[in-house]
Amino acid sequence: MLSDGPLLEINDLVVDYAGKSGFVRAVDGVSLRVSRGEFLGLVGESACGKSTLLFAASRLLSESAQIVGGNVIFKGRDLVVLREKQLRHLRWRELSVVMQSAMNALNPVLSIEAQMLDAIKAHQRMSKRAARARAAEVLRLVGIDEVHLKSYPHQLSGGMRQRAMIAMALLFTPDLILTDEPTSALDVVAQRSLMVQLKELQQQLHFAVIFVTHDMSLVSRYADRMAIMYAGQLVEVATTRDVFDRPQHPYTQGLLEAYPSIHGPRRELKGIPGRPPDLRFPPSGCRFAPRCPKMMPVCSQQQPGISSPRGDDLVRCFLYERDGVPGELAGVRD
Amino acid sequence: MYQHIALEEAPLPVPAARGRRPRLLAIGGLVLSAVGSNAKAVLGFAILGIFVIMAVFAPVIAPYGPTAELFLPTLGPSPTHLLGTTNLGEDIFSQLIWGTRETLLIGAIAGGLATILSVAIGVTAAYLGGIVDHVLSSVTDIFLVIPALPLMIIIAAYAQGGGMWVLIIVIAVTGWSYGARQLRPQALSFRNRDFLESAKVRGENRAYIIFCEVLPNMVSLIVAIFLGAALYAVLAAAGLQFIGLGSTTDVSWGTMLYWGQTNEALTSGSPLWVIVPGACVCLLGASVALMNYAVDEIANPSLRGRRRRLRAQRRASA
Amino acid sequence: MSVVLGRLQFFVITLWAALTLNFILPRMMPGSPMTAMMARFKGRLSPQTVQAYQAAFGIHPRDSIFTQYLTYLDNLAHGQFGLSVGFFPEPVINVVMQALPWTLALAGVTTVISFVLGTLIGMVVAWRRAGAVDSLVTPLFVVLSAVPYFWLGLLAIYFFSVIHNWLPARFGYGITSSLTLSWATIGQILTHAILPAGTIIITSIGGWILTMRNNMVGTLSEDYVQMARAKGLRPWRIMFHYAGRNAILPNLAGFAMSLGFVVSGLLLTEIVFNYPGVGFLFLQAVENQDYPLMQALFLMVTLAVLVAILAADAANALLDPRTRAKR
Repeated sequence: MLSDGPLLEINDLVVDYAGKSGFVRAVDGVSLRVSRGEFLGLVGESACGKSTLLFAASRLLSESAQIVGGNVIFKGRDLVVLREKQLRHLRWRELSVVMQSAMNALNPVLSIEAQMLDAIKAHQRMSKRAARARAAEVLRLVGIDEVHLKSYPHQLSGGMRQRAMIAMALLFTPDLILTDEPTSALDVVAQRSLMVQLKELQQQLHFAVIFVTHDMSLVSRYADRMAIMYAGQLVEVATTRDVFDRPQHPYTQGLLEAYPSIHGPRRELKGIPGRPPDLRFPPSGCRFAPRCPKMMPVCSQQQPGISSPRGDDLVRCFLYERDGVPGELAGVRD
Repeated sequence: MYQHIALEEAPLPVPAARGRRPRLLAIGGLVLSAVGSNAKAVLGFAILGIFVIMAVFAPVIAPYGPTAELFLPTLGPSPTHLLGTTNLGEDIFSQLIWGTRETLLIGAIAGGLATILSVAIGVTAAYLGGIVDHVLSSVTDIFLVIPALPLMIIIAAYAQGGGMWVLIIVIAVTGWSYGARQLRPQALSFRNRDFLESAKVRGENRAYIIFCEVLPNMVSLIVAIFLGAALYAVLAAAGLQFIGLGSTTDVSWGTMLYWGQTNEALTSGSPLWVIVPGACVCLLGASVALMNYAVDEIANPSLRGRRRRLRAQRRASA
Repeated sequence: MSVVLGRLQFFVITLWAALTLNFILPRMMPGSPMTAMMARFKGRLSPQTVQAYQAAFGIHPRDSIFTQYLTYLDNLAHGQFGLSVGFFPEPVINVVMQALPWTLALAGVTTVISFVLGTLIGMVVAWRRAGAVDSLVTPLFVVLSAVPYFWLGLLAIYFFSVIHNWLPARFGYGITSSLTLSWATIGQILTHAILPAGTIIITSIGGWILTMRNNMVGTLSEDYVQMARAKGLRPWRIMFHYAGRNAILPNLAGFAMSLGFVVSGLLLTEIVFNYPGVGFLFLQAVENQDYPLMQALFLMVTLAVLVAILAADAANALLDPRTRAKR
């Protein structure tokens, strides 16, 4: 039906949080596309809105947050206007979620098997035996022995719990899996092994992944494309290669300079001075301007629009705008 | 009866240790502002205020003496006798007003004593630690579990009709364990905080540390515990007097209930004799519970303002 | 397993503390059971009778206090609580055993109904997040929970029995009929139980609703509830198995602590309704200065409370797999 269109298309999504003294705009007009089988890394600092974006897209926001604009077209249907009942239909079957901390995301009083069977029974009529077999099968996919079906979450190690969550997400082999920093609770060794496993499964089963993280280097090995987010807006989206070799947005450049390379000459670490803006009082003009080494006068007066210098990418920066205000690099192709 | 919602550990922000007075003022100010904006607390204070006025100005408000057997017995309510008369011809309304004194006294004193015991045992156990802690905690748990009313009945019965003070002591001795159990974790959480370390380094002795550094920071919890203890004391006193313990010749709401019940007031035409004192106990208890609820909301911000948030959300989506 | 043993240890220690308190208290106070007996019979007792009674009460003035203590414990182990003063010469144990089933039945039924209904209502109220219901129900129950059980009982009697003769005001069954196992008797027992049970349930349910609601509010913001939504589970399933089952756990722990209040309220309500249970027996014991009976009642009630706590602990272990795996 839609093998040609993108799998997921987020258009101008706006999400507000209700705070004590008014509303905070956590996601401000984000547009993003994900194709089938694509591994997209969504990168940004804490509180930049990346997790909110993820949960908004899957309609899992808590009661204090609300989608106030834009749409989320998943396989041709706008998820924002669907009602809970309709959403339930496609949950887990076509779209599943892996959360940050498996210890918190797994129900402490139910066994792993029970939680998997819950998901299965909610969407498909299966005999208990068949369902159990399926649960065992997905556990095997992630390298967990099926004897652990009877275990409770607190009886598994951190790495196993996280892998169990991935297994659970694969129960119906969905088209899209959204993962929210699934490795940040693990040590480096477990992190790597989880990433490798996830990538292998992805190549094997052809699902798309949106991988939210604050750790750019972690996801760079495995992602096809990267989306960089800052203060509730997307500032750059490009293939991983391009992001690392030819970063366009000053923020991206700053992030890369903060990661030294193991090879190559020793150089001073350069962080990005300052801090992200308080989203209760967003600055007029570009949100990164106060910290931007390449700031121009116009940057603090107006918000930059979205440009596409290379055609397949996305940058939100006056340096690249063509109409209206020509940037230094507008029109320059490499 | 009222089940106190257990408070989490020390959610009230600990201000810089710059001296006692500013801190107490800050906490006092916080409480007052929260109380003022909270309808429940205002209602609670109002009710309590009315009763206090009744007690203090009893000679002025009550038309007659409480035990003045001057009138015809078992009269129904009338303009001269708002609540009627007892079977001995006393004016029920006057009894009610005068009885407020003893009831409030028992509640406040017994509640206060129980709170002092709670603080002493809970904080000592937390602060001294080790075997002292172990023993005190076990004692606390034992007193928590042993049912209070039967124990109180036995002790009061053995004391063979002592009167108000017997009741107060009995209530305090059985009612401290709940508070101690709540205070201990909070006191424990303070044990290792930095400002205590600085006090130790300054060379202050243990007593000073406990009284002047730790306790002022636990004021909100202690207040909540006092309210709970006072509520418990009022209900326990009413219950004990209802059974005929304490001195039945005293005048209080509880003794009115006792005499009313013994004389079958409900069925013999003066139901108000028991219903009204009982209602007053109810109201007093409710006022304390409301104030306690408000203190809970102050100390536990997650319970606060859910309705406000929901309302704000609904307005936004409209 | 070790958790169970720990609890049992506590059980034993508390029981011992209660027994010892029971032993020490009368000996600390002025007077003795004998004085009470004397007063009752207006001092017309021969020395031999006095000695016989002393033996019956377990008072051996010539033994050391330690021996008395051991004899006391020994007697208790054999169910020997002495003779009742008020119902003389009936052994206390018999008197207590007649009243105990009534109280246990009333307590059992009301506690279970309160807990189950209260928890369910609290769960639903929190789930629906309906601002109106929430802000009405919550303060209403805060106020209700401060109502002394027995006062509500008095009101109930007045309304349901005196004004409208719908329900019986007192006793466990009709005074004039005997306690036979017939439908008529059972019917009477039930109608007589409605008011006392109803009173207790109305006043105690508030606490359960409140705590469950607060627990649920906390649980609903947990990640695993969000995960359950992500999995597309049905709302009631999430409410029960994900939120509810976790929210109820602290309640079970609090159950043990609230038993003290429950028991007190229960006893007083029995007195108001002249219900033939332990509470009413307490009243008579106080009136008659029947110390042996009082002591036995105190011990019985303590024992019952301890058993209930153990049961709640067992339920907790059943529902929460984490407690089973204690270090």
